Amino acid sequence: MKIAVCIKQVPGTVDIKIDPETNTLIRQGMENIINPFDTYAVEEGVRIKERLDADEGFMEQSEVIAMTMGPPQAEEMLKEAVASGVDRVVLLSDRAFAGADTWATSVTLAMAIDKLEDVRLVIFGKQTLDGDTGQVGPELAQRMNIPFIGYVSEIMEISARKIKVKRLAEDRYEIFEVRLPAAISVIKDINTPRVPSLRGKMKARSAEVPVWTADDLGADKDELGLSGSYTQVVKIFTPKMVHDVSMIEGTPEEQVEELFKNLKSLNIVS
Amino acid sequence: MEIKVNESTCTGCSLCKGACLYDAIEIEDGIAVISEACVFCGACVDSCKDESIEIIGLDTEEKDFSDYRGVWVYLEAHGNELADVGLELLSEGRKLADKLKVPLAGIAIGSGIEENSRVAFQYGMDKLYIVDDPVFENNIDDIFSKALVQLISKHKPEIFLAGATSFGRTLVPKVAAILRTGLTADCTGLAIDDDKKILLQTRPTFGGNILATIITRNARPQMATVRPHVMEKKATVADIGDISDKVIKVEIDPKNFKTKYKMLGTETEKGEKINITDYEVIVSGGRGLGSGEKFELLKELADTLSGVVGASRAAVDSGWISYPHQVGQTGKTVNPKIYIACGISGAIQHLAGMQTSDIIIAINKDPNAPIFKVANYGIVGDLFEIIPMLIKRIKDGKPLV
Amino acid sequence: MHYLLTEDQKMIVDICRQIVDERIKPVRAELDEKAEFPWEIIKEIAKSDLFRLFIKEEYEGMGTGIFEVCLATEELSRGDLSVATSFAASGLGLIPINVGGSDEQKKRFLPQLASGEKLAAFGLTEAEAGSDAGAIRTTAVKDGDHYILNGTKQWITNGGEADIYTIFAMTNPGKGARGASAIIVEKGTPGFEFGKKEDKLGIRASATRELIFTDCKVPAENLLGREGMGFIIAMKTFDESRPAVGAQAVGVAQGALEEALEYSKIRKQFGAPISSFQAIQHMLADMATSVEAARSLVYHTARVIDSGEKNASRLSAMSKLFASDMAMKVTTDAVQILAGYGYMREYPVEKMMRDAKITQIYEGTNQIQRNVIALDMIKRGVI
Repeated sequence: MKIAVCIKQVPGTVDIKIDPETNTLIRQGMENIINPFDTYAVEEGVRIKERLDADEGFMEQSEVIAMTMGPPQAEEMLKEAVASGVDRVVLLSDRAFAGADTWATSVTLAMAIDKLEDVRLVIFGKQTLDGDTGQVGPELAQRMNIPFIGYVSEIMEISARKIKVKRLAEDRYEIFEVRLPAAISVIKDINTPRVPSLRGKMKARSAEVPVWTADDLGADKDELGLSGSYTQVVKIFTPKMVHDVSMIEGTPEEQVEELFKNLKSLNIVS
Repeated sequence: MEIKVNESTCTGCSLCKGACLYDAIEIEDGIAVISEACVFCGACVDSCKDESIEIIGLDTEEKDFSDYRGVWVYLEAHGNELADVGLELLSEGRKLADKLKVPLAGIAIGSGIEENSRVAFQYGMDKLYIVDDPVFENNIDDIFSKALVQLISKHKPEIFLAGATSFGRTLVPKVAAILRTGLTADCTGLAIDDDKKILLQTRPTFGGNILATIITRNARPQMATVRPHVMEKKATVADIGDISDKVIKVEIDPKNFKTKYKMLGTETEKGEKINITDYEVIVSGGRGLGSGEKFELLKELADTLSGVVGASRAAVDSGWISYPHQVGQTGKTVNPKIYIACGISGAIQHLAGMQTSDIIIAINKDPNAPIFKVANYGIVGDLFEIIPMLIKRIKDGKPLV
Repeated sequence: MHYLLTEDQKMIVDICRQIVDERIKPVRAELDEKAEFPWEIIKEIAKSDLFRLFIKEEYEGMGTGIFEVCLATEELSRGDLSVATSFAASGLGLIPINVGGSDEQKKRFLPQLASGEKLAAFGLTEAEAGSDAGAIRTTAVKDGDHYILNGTKQWITNGGEADIYTIFAMTNPGKGARGASAIIVEKGTPGFEFGKKEDKLGIRASATRELIFTDCKVPAENLLGREGMGFIIAMKTFDESRPAVGAQAVGVAQGALEEALEYSKIRKQFGAPISSFQAIQHMLADMATSVEAARSLVYHTARVIDSGEKNASRLSAMSKLFASDMAMKVTTDAVQILAGYGYMREYPVEKMMRDAKITQIYEGTNQIQRNVIALDMIKRGVI
């Protein structure tokens, strides 16, 4: 079974602020990393492959392909995915992809998945650390006209034809079965990603990272990047954090009494 | 659209590089070079002292959207109960509709929801579209998106709002994808641009440290999701009077709504409240609790305050409490009225998930814990002493001092 | 800091660091409190190929030398010395096979130790024979194609958890140290039992048990080398393993230094972070300098051994001695910097201090190390 895992490189910290005086960014340790949620997606892809490969009733050898749309520097992250056990990787990189919103991103990824041919399962992390939307998965599924199940916490069964999963809804877990091909997004609960092995890291070092451009995808450029986007950022700014902590001092009894009074004034206790 | 650096005026000063949120600018041979990581946010344009960076073709809206009119709110239901988030959005939608001088409509889909949907008229809704059929018993996105798309295509609202619940966050992207329009997730602020009469959608990004204002370009409706509790729910109409002509029952043919999803069952955690975003009070515990048993104490306080228990990643990773309770970047983002952080040091990842709470109370032994930087009230002390005393104070009603 | 590491060596450090940050740090306090053997972490270490570092490529290892073992051990010790000890003890248990085993024995035992599927342990110490290894009383009596073992080994790291034990027993009791032999005993051999898990001051999560042999029949083909070679095998093993104890000491001290530095920047007294006070700055500077000095000695020793130097006992003993005394001092100073908080279980430094103590004791007390250094120096001169 061919499994595609869509991952993204994000800034290693969200501890970013704009200096109000110079209007420049204050970035601390802004090293790019794989989106943390995507590590669960990679691990789950590899686990499904291991599970299917170990299943004697499942004839076909499985393959996990990690792909990302991003600048050339994303190559490093893709190599890390190899160290974590994926079979091969694809980097979608082209200036024509710049400024893509979630829709244009999902269009690009969908084209790449078509190009891979016969992908049966697409796995996403639940959202990215920087964008935080979680929209690319469902938009891609809609574009490809396949089912999408978000917030999956367990793959209960998977066969050549269908997948049965447990997913976290608002106030309960739901168990769904859908036919493949399908797309899912996974949450942290689903696994603990493995630490890459020495052998894996050595393999990653020499791994090839093919780069696919808009032409490779045979894409109409109007569908890509900002031209293909329906939303656009018009302004970024730092939230006003006017903040005044009032420390409650005194003996524990005095502290609790004061806290109680505050809760009372907030109408939380009577 | 294009972003251009004027090479004759660019001095390679790197101010723009410092301003770029997306790490899309490098200085090469003394000239700023903008890579494909650019999202055209314009931060570099503002930062440049020599006006060397220009975005071309920004404001050109090519299409005519005058036939799109009105503000719609999706009223998400669980079973036959409307979720609060829909009502919150009606209150917000009312303001937008008034500004645009257009009607505000709600749309509810489900099975046996008509009766309970009427309450929405108290929140300023002018019209209610109801799709009520047993096929919509469970919230399943493919058939719900189909129903929504049919209605939106027919009635053409200019704005469509929905809750950023786990269902909404799957459903609405699908609707937007079918309609080929833009969608902005998790907005915390919505406004109407005075001149262009378009929706300005403001949302936190980078874990809440940056706010971005986003517009929908070249497509309608302008769609946005909003997290629960972000907008204030306000009943403004005491007597909704006769609404019979304001309720539009949409007839559908159930045969056309066959889902691809087979729902095989549901599971709830035993006696546990896991939908922590639904509560007005969250009592959260972290590493300072020391063990899973200690969460019982927090649970008792939460129960006393009709709230729910949350947790930091450290507590969840230590196996003290299950993942649905996790607050923070890898868990849930919450905005309760009161957030009580007990023994939580306040790592940036945790703060990202709770710093928009109305009131934050922090109890920690360590006076230097970063949690105090975002707290409204701070207590330096032993939570195992403070919390039992507080529970007793609330229950007994006797002053301690 | 630059330590002239190759890409491969950096990779080892990165993997260990990830294991420390993601797997060890969140649970180390709990493992210590419950004195629970860290099986899950050991399995993760195994999956990451780190046990392969002890073993040569032909036996499914990836071992290139002691230096790589030291890098891994140091980094794991930065997170938790119990974990590092359990890891290193498997190495200690298998080095005798590397040193004295036949090709057949290596093929039989090493691959499963390389994958980490099984752990090894080293059984020398007895109640009456610690530093005086010649005084061991466990006997191995040849009986046809078997040896019959009788006696009790004490304080054996990985005891009960390991599957493969290198046991030192007297095959010729009259000859003292020259009458000792090394023999491999597998868990589950009839007559081989374990005592209760010891309750220790530090490295509490590591397993320390008695090994009890009662007419335990072990195949003669499990003998390493020849009869009487036991003492030599043990000493050669120690020459290779002592730098790793030094690396453990450097790691735990590094961990304590990091905690102390971090805390000193956050903790405020008299309206300023305590890191702004010279009293604290000087302590931190001394700690950092000591760690760096010990690290240099350990790395140097490991690189010398890897270069093929045969007479490395002195250097090996020096690195273990210097690093472990340093670790005790640095971890104690870290507790001092955290002061009241440092003394509490909530913060990790008191555990590091408790843990560090063992590095001055095991694999030859520091007094024995001084003997080794002095005797070697008297025999072969200062340089």
